[in-house]
Order: sequence, then structure tokens, then C-alpha cells
Amino acid sequence: MKLELEDLRVACHGFETCYTLALEGRATALYGPSGAGKTTLLEAVAGLRPCRGRIALDGVLLQEDDRGLPTRARGIGYVPQDLALFPHLDVQDNLRYGAPGRAAAGPGFSEVAEALGLLPLLQAPAISLSGGEQRRVALGRALLAGPRLLLLDEPTANLDHALKAQVAELLKDLSQRFAVPFILVSHDAQEINLLCQQVACLEQGRCVALGRPSQVLGLDRSAAPFHAQPRAKVPALTAWLDAMC
Amino acid sequence: MDAETIRVLWFTVASALAGVALAAPFALGLAWLLARHEWPLKSVVETLAALPLVIPPVATGLILLKLLGRRGPLGGLAHSLWGMDLAFNWKAVPLAMAAMAMPLLVRGFRVSLEGVNPRLEQVARTLGAGEARVLLSVTLPLAWPGLLAALVLGLARSLGEFGATVILAGNIPGQTTTISLALYRAIELGHDQEALFFLAVCLALAFGTLALSEHLARLMVRRELP
Repeated sequence: MKLELEDLRVACHGFETCYTLALEGRATALYGPSGAGKTTLLEAVAGLRPCRGRIALDGVLLQEDDRGLPTRARGIGYVPQDLALFPHLDVQDNLRYGAPGRAAAGPGFSEVAEALGLLPLLQAPAISLSGGEQRRVALGRALLAGPRLLLLDEPTANLDHALKAQVAELLKDLSQRFAVPFILVSHDAQEINLLCQQVACLEQGRCVALGRPSQVLGLDRSAAPFHAQPRAKVPALTAWLDAMC
Repeated sequence: MDAETIRVLWFTVASALAGVALAAPFALGLAWLLARHEWPLKSVVETLAALPLVIPPVATGLILLKLLGRRGPLGGLAHSLWGMDLAFNWKAVPLAMAAMAMPLLVRGFRVSLEGVNPRLEQVARTLGAGEARVLLSVTLPLAWPGLLAALVLGLARSLGEFGATVILAGNIPGQTTTISLALYRAIELGHDQEALFFLAVCLALAFGTLALSEHLARLMVRRELP
């Protein structure tokens, strides 16, 4: 996957951000403090936020100046932080929303539902599920639509350490199994280190660092899973804390 | 109950239903534009749509008469195209009721549509859904209790309509008389029993429709995931 952003201007929190960067690889992360423009960037790429500039995915133009492909035609899966499951539909109908023609018994559907451990929950209303189950449904729903790229906004936010580890492992497994590249937003350096080959650090809408997680975040990629370690310190945050002390 | 009273009752209910049915598609379209889109002069249109709520119904009736009368732009057009008169006959009654129900419908529909999390619609689009599918499969199913509550409220308003109807349709016995107009006529003529009967009907209809609307509005709790 190669996502190129060139002079992409998006209104965000009262200021205009301008992104110029190229993200490559099967798994990429956007990292930075709250308000850095990570979610804004995902929404612009997905076509959910007005913007100007150039966006190209694997050489295909999604946006040129102020003209962009409609959201539905971009082939980009998006799992927002609040998951946005359709509360009036059961799990099966949520999963099939992006692939209405696909039979419930079809290989794609059952393969994804099985991989996500959702087969026993297909008839359950989406709102009756636990947080972890809802996350799996949201992931499955996005995958079943057959996206060329998956955008995940803080996929492990508000989960305890055990669930975070499960979801992270699941993401890794799904991405490899179904060959769908993803870009995730995360505040968790260890999670990024575990899952991604590339990370872009954003600050106030600007990319201040881009590279391998071990380089950019200063972490050892061979380290134990993040849930077994103390939370990693962000270099910028460390410097700020040092200055405060 | 004589034949004329029965006619007045069913004519009122049928006209109110027709008026609401006539106004509802336009109200839904306008409410959707107001709830989900930003456009020039939006606040002006928003104010105009709410105007019949605050100006005297008689004034609304006069505006309708100027528009729909034979010498008005719309009434003249209908007359020249189809030879149809839109004022001072039975057709004027549902038209007046539609105009009076419109602001309540727009307001109620808008609140209901705004109660649906826009994020759900956005995600539906990323899953390949076009605007029509988003509306039919996400927005309307989630907004329906509120939409229905607004429809019932509009129906209640139409059932009790007086001012605009009397100006646009007149009070022609056997043709345009509704429950409110029959009540007014009974009071004017000093027919106390008849007036009390129509008063009781008005109260029962108003109570029933309002209670139903309130019940539906309570169902319109924003359906969010826990």
C-alpha cells in the first residue's frame, strides 16, 4: 500500500492543517498527542471531511484539488473510535451492510465471522455486545466490504490491557490473513511497535517524524508485548516532563 | 347523530390525514436539508418554515388565499391547466391544514433526524452505501419514532385547524365545514348542545393524538451503543 498526500489542506480545530507525506507498507501508524490531527487525516482520506489537495492510493487519485471521489467509491474501510455499529441491526446485518449481495453462508462472510469469533453472535443485536465484541463486529463489517485500505481510529482505546493485547493480535492476524493494509491511529507506542512497520508522528497537523517505529519512537521492536511492559514514554512527552521537573 | 354531523366528523379526519400526507414529503425533504447540510440562506428558509407557528392563522389563511385563489399565481395556474379551483371548496381544507401542519412537521422531523448520530451515516458511506440507501437503511429506521410523533402532532394541529381554513375554504355547510368550523357556527347560532358535542369531540381528538405523539416521542431516545 502506498498512500500519498500532497499539500492536503484540511480544517481542523479552528486551524488549517497541511499534510504532505507518503505512507507505505502493510501496517502504518499515526502517532501524536490529542489534537495533532490524526483523526482529521483519516477522515480526509476516507472522504468524510472537506479538504483540498492531492490524495493518491496505490497510484489511484482519490482527491485532486477540491474535487474528490465520493466516500462510497473510495474503497476505504473506516472503523471510527466509537465504532458506529448500526444499533437497529443485529450482528449479521451489521457485518453484511457493506456486502449486501454476499450470502451469509458464503466463504468470505463465514471466514471473516469465524476469524473474529462472531459466529455464535450473528443473531444478537449489536447494542447487546460487550466493548470487545463490538470492536470485532466493526472490524468484520469494514473487512467484508472488501476495502483496499483499512483506517482504524484508536482500535484499542478504552480497553483493558488484556483486551488491548487480544485486539492487537487480532489486527495483526487479520491483516495478514486477508491481505488488507491498514493505517491506525494510536497513542500507544508499544502497540505501534508491535503492529506497524511505519509510523508518522503528527504535531498540530504537521508530520514531524516518519520512519520505523523503533527509530521514531525509540523502542525495541523485539520487546515483549506492550501489555506486559510499563507504558512507553513518548520522546516529546519525556522531554516535556523533564523540563517540568 | 345526524348525517351532516357524521359528514363533518369524517371530512375533518380525512382532510387532516390528506393535509399531513401532502405536507409530509416536503417537510421531510426540508428537514433533511436543514439537519444535514449547510447552504446559503438556510436560516432565512428555516425562519420562513416556522412562520405559520407564530403569525395568526388568519394571516396564514390570507397568504394562502393570495397564492391559491383563482387570481393568485398557483391558483391561477391550477385553474388554467386543469380548470380546478383551489379556494372555497373542499380541496382548500386539506391545503390549509397542510400549510398549518408544515412547521410542526419540519421542526419535529428535523429534531428526529438530528438525533441520529451522523457518524453512522458516514460509516455507511464508507461501506459503499449511496445517499438513498443511507437514508432508507440508517437514518429513517433510527429516526422513525420521532418522525411518527411529528406526524401525529401535525395531525392533531390539522384536526383543530380553524383560522386558515375559514379564510381559504370558507364555512360552507355540506362542503367545507370541519369540526372547528361547526363548533364556531353552533356557538354563533346559540346551539349549546351541538356546541358542547363538538367541543367534546375536539377535546377527545386533541387528547388522543397528543398522548400518542408524546408516547412516540418518548421512544425517540437517541439509540446509542453503550
